Amino acid sequence: MNPTHVKKIKISFAHICLLIASAFFLIPFIWMVSTSLKPIEQVFTFPPEWIPKPFRWDNYSKAIEYIPFWTYLSNTAIITILSTLGVVLTCPLVAYSFAKLKWRGRNVLFALTLAVMMIPGQVTMIPLFLLFNKLGWVGTPYPLIIPQFFGVPFYIFLLRQFFLGLPDSLREAAKMDGASELRVYWQIMLPLAKPAVMAVGLFQLMASWTDFLGPLLYLTNQESYTLSLALQQFQNKQGSEWSLMMAVSTLLTLPIIILFFFLQKTFIKGITFSGIKG
Amino acid sequence: MKALEKLNLKQQQVLIVKSKKSNINSGATGWLFASPWIIGLVLFYLLPLVVSIYYSFTSYSILRPGEFIGLQNYKELLVDPLFLKSIYNTVYFAVFYVPLSIICGVALAMMLNMKIKGMTIYRTIFFLPTLVPHVAIAVLWMWLLNPGFGLVNGFLDMIGIKGPAWLGSETWSKPSLIFMSLWGIGQSVVIYLAGLGDISSEYYEAAEVDGANWFQKTFHITLPLLTPVIFFNLVMGIIGAFQQFTLPYTLTQGQGKPANSLTFYVMYLYDNGFKYFRMGYASAMAWVLFVVIMVLTLLIFWSSKRWVHYQGK
Repeated sequence: MNPTHVKKIKISFAHICLLIASAFFLIPFIWMVSTSLKPIEQVFTFPPEWIPKPFRWDNYSKAIEYIPFWTYLSNTAIITILSTLGVVLTCPLVAYSFAKLKWRGRNVLFALTLAVMMIPGQVTMIPLFLLFNKLGWVGTPYPLIIPQFFGVPFYIFLLRQFFLGLPDSLREAAKMDGASELRVYWQIMLPLAKPAVMAVGLFQLMASWTDFLGPLLYLTNQESYTLSLALQQFQNKQGSEWSLMMAVSTLLTLPIIILFFFLQKTFIKGITFSGIKG
Repeated sequence: MKALEKLNLKQQQVLIVKSKKSNINSGATGWLFASPWIIGLVLFYLLPLVVSIYYSFTSYSILRPGEFIGLQNYKELLVDPLFLKSIYNTVYFAVFYVPLSIICGVALAMMLNMKIKGMTIYRTIFFLPTLVPHVAIAVLWMWLLNPGFGLVNGFLDMIGIKGPAWLGSETWSKPSLIFMSLWGIGQSVVIYLAGLGDISSEYYEAAEVDGANWFQKTFHITLPLLTPVIFFNLVMGIIGAFQQFTLPYTLTQGQGKPANSLTFYVMYLYDNGFKYFRMGYASAMAWVLFVVIMVLTLLIFWSSKRWVHYQGK
């Protein structure tokens, strides 16, 4: 056997391994979509069939009618958009202050920020619930939105690392020209940090869109449910309506997948960055 | 006032010129920029933290004001059978899932790091499951693992094996959960891939010259130099495993069935706090969890000196 042969065998072997692994990752998806389009009789056939016969597109309209889909979608969208906005407004500003401005107590506060990152959410969950309960916010989406406007330690940490990597010279030049600190931040530093801000925004977007525990704790009345919570309730009540549940699952996943295909690089960079720096 | 401002400005400029690099004048601005987070830190992190310690020593419930009961909650935990069961379940999951996720993650990343055609497509495929919300993962896998009509048992049937009841079986419920969690491994694969990309090709070239084979290169170059990333994923994996909630909760409608085999630590904590309103007791549970996670993290950090290798050191 000559070396090119060995290489060919190696590559074929790699393809086979990758194809098997791909099947494991891809088949559940295909099965989800396939089930979502099946008529009810075909859902319970054994051995399982792959192609819906006939395609029942109306499963989707049925699922949408069955739960107040549009209400839940707009609830989810409002929480997701506002909490992402909060993160994107506050976290870079705070991170910039930690990275580039010098002020008394900065290091102590940053150490505290790192320390609270270590606290599991369960520890603060109960006092926070009682706090929001006192404020009359239980049953409203505020507890899932407002805290994001006050900063999230992990995001602040990531963005600070990014700002530290930016050179001081630009900032100093602008200051020499008499620009205020806020202008320097808003017109020079923030645009430079755009990739990191995008990544953090994307993290929050995903977190809010898929969050379950938060809505479970705070969205106590049915009109304020998010899609995740609605899907779980739906499954509670209609445990055997698999095609409808798969339709809702597909609808819940689809926006994220579309987003992923548009922002693939940001996704991957964000994860890589948090993995390497963190 | 104006004059004062002017003077200040002049002084500031003098200071800037004096010490080019430090910005002494940014003190107030720095505080101002950080102020939202200072409020957030106190209001949403530090105060709740302190209050939570206090609650853990009381019989507090949202329905009635609690009394200070000292270590009573902690003592009760030690003999609470469901608490112990939830620890067993959580540790079982962590012990199998975390090492498996590392082994599979590294293996997948190494395959995805090869220079062969179609790699971007493979990479996308492995990443897709991480985009599925946990509630949807739970519903989807309940269907895949359905004992009667699920795809998994359909496949096993095809090759002549009678599949178990999976989520309906006390023995198979936790392995099922591990299995479906491995489906969402893509995120750590991306981090491993970045780590592999960071390994300088000089090492491989040198090994090539010395006539090293694939096995030697993997175990003497790739894996040792990947240890910083493995370390990161190990810590994150353990923290995540101990805080497992949404998947088992959704899979079992919050009941941890069958026979509490899927009652995980945080699920039981949630039940105590928000179903039975035993918020003092739940706070004690949260603190036990906090301490356990801290100790484990510290242990891993301490051990890392022996097994984590950084490039160029």
